[in-house]
Amino acid sequence: MTSSASNKLKCGLQRQRGREWRESAIRSGLLMCALVSVLTTAAIIGVLAFESSTFFREVPVTEFLFGTRWAPLLEPRSFGVLPLLCGTLLVVAGAGLIALPMGLGSAIYLSEFASSRMRTLLKPVLEVLAGIPTVVYGYFALTFITPLLQDVFPSTEVYNAASGAIVVGIMVLPMVTSLCDDALRAVPDSMRTAGYALGATQFEVTTRVLTPAALSGILAAFVLALSRAVGETMAVTLASGSTPNLTLNPLEQIQTMTSFIVSISKGDTPAGTIEYQSLFAVGALLFVITLAMNVASNRIMRRFKESYE
Amino acid sequence: MTILADSRLRRRWAISGAFRWLCRGITMFGVLMLGVLIYQVAEAGLPWLDWQFITSLPSRFPEKAGVKPAIWGTVWLVALTALISVPVGIAAALYLEEYAHKGRISTFIEVNISNLAGVPSVVYGILGLAVFVRWFALGHSVLAGALTMSLLILPVVITSSREAVRAVPDSLRHAALALGSTRWQMIRYHVIPAALPGILTGVILSLSRAIGETAPLILVGAAVYIGFTPDSPMSEFAVLPLQVYEWSGRPQSEFRELAAAGILVLLVVLVVMNASAVYLRHRFQKGRS
Repeated sequence: MTSSASNKLKCGLQRQRGREWRESAIRSGLLMCALVSVLTTAAIIGVLAFESSTFFREVPVTEFLFGTRWAPLLEPRSFGVLPLLCGTLLVVAGAGLIALPMGLGSAIYLSEFASSRMRTLLKPVLEVLAGIPTVVYGYFALTFITPLLQDVFPSTEVYNAASGAIVVGIMVLPMVTSLCDDALRAVPDSMRTAGYALGATQFEVTTRVLTPAALSGILAAFVLALSRAVGETMAVTLASGSTPNLTLNPLEQIQTMTSFIVSISKGDTPAGTIEYQSLFAVGALLFVITLAMNVASNRIMRRFKESYE
Repeated sequence: MTILADSRLRRRWAISGAFRWLCRGITMFGVLMLGVLIYQVAEAGLPWLDWQFITSLPSRFPEKAGVKPAIWGTVWLVALTALISVPVGIAAALYLEEYAHKGRISTFIEVNISNLAGVPSVVYGILGLAVFVRWFALGHSVLAGALTMSLLILPVVITSSREAVRAVPDSLRHAALALGSTRWQMIRYHVIPAALPGILTGVILSLSRAIGETAPLILVGAAVYIGFTPDSPMSEFAVLPLQVYEWSGRPQSEFRELAAAGILVLLVVLVVMNASAVYLRHRFQKGRS
């Protein structure tokens, strides 16, 4: 081998090595970016756990979970989260009563009855409804739904749970619709045609064949929608007020977990005080509840996938 | 016997027909709600929407109030959010689609991303407050807001970018590799250009989500009343939806009408962004066929 040829070979090897080095550097760089999401989860859990642990050093967990009075700013202070949970429950239940049956109904219409032209017209409308900022829904609740409620029930307060529930229901409706639509359309056509061949009407096919067949997808959509309603903040804060209230009367003013978080952080609470820490405790509870619901929804969804593969 | 069967059949048909109309009615109700909402907002807000409104500072007097700082705050916030979340999101998507083996780590990351997408936005606000505002000591700055927003929209950016990258046909990859390009050269010169319109569509849609979000910014400390436009990533800022929130909460009807005008500005921005996303998607589909 001449020396020039061996030099060339060396050069080539070096370039090759440089290239390999660059390739693996890029690979690890991209991996870092993918790990940002893991880091985010870790940070959320870490922050909530750390800050609420200082809170729970002063307020016993049982008092927090089962106490019936929430007054973090007024003396005598009290940190029973039940009024906030109750407010959230009122809103979520009301929103579910509206969004779940209506969402399923429109999904059935879209997937089974609507012509393809109607579908292409309606799908964008749903997307627009889903893309409207939540604060706009809050405005809508205050200026349209609450006055309407006050006309029907004169005892309605300016801020009330019902208005928030209705507007959150309207807000999660497009999501329920499109998820249920996906679930219904995933049912194989052979099941539809078999139903019709046996002489069943459209009503019978949808209620006795399609809905049971798509049930896990539909249930997953329902749970996901309810979890969205639990975490919904701005519309509820604007519509339902900020008075913790252990009541089941939807016409009264209430406070949800999310609107408490907003109201405490608006009023320049100094860091390190117990009311500042209570923000993290409520946030941790909110996070645990929504996470449990999302995991449940995923579980249900996975069962649904298995049944057709 | 035949008469009986006949009447039962007629009943079943009647039920079926009624059900059909019920479902149609329910669907139309949703459309109607959108109509009422837009009508309500437009009726209250249009008289207030003029050049003075867009170029003025907020004020205690409704006739002098405007949204200039809020508009600029939104622009700053979205620009910084895009600068942070887009590169990270695309890189994560490329890793998951092009490099990751189907294994524990990639499944773990995927489960993580899908769970993050379901975390309520206030919780991101709490995270931003604790980490960016206090721990990194960024204060109530645009940068702290943008970092929080970036984490919030990252799952959406990653998911939509992954779909765009997955849609690139394998033949392109095989051809590039067969010609001796390295994995990164293949990605850089073939996968990314082919997936770009799809990625951009997803990015625009997720940024339009960032524009409408309010709750995390309240926690991070975006200002409600501010007399200047931001001039650096460290300045304090206001954003449009927060301004709308503040005005909606006031009892005077003039301020509620101002809120409606603010909503109109917000909706116009969102419509423009969504329209450009639809346009990109359309061109993308035409280009591929």
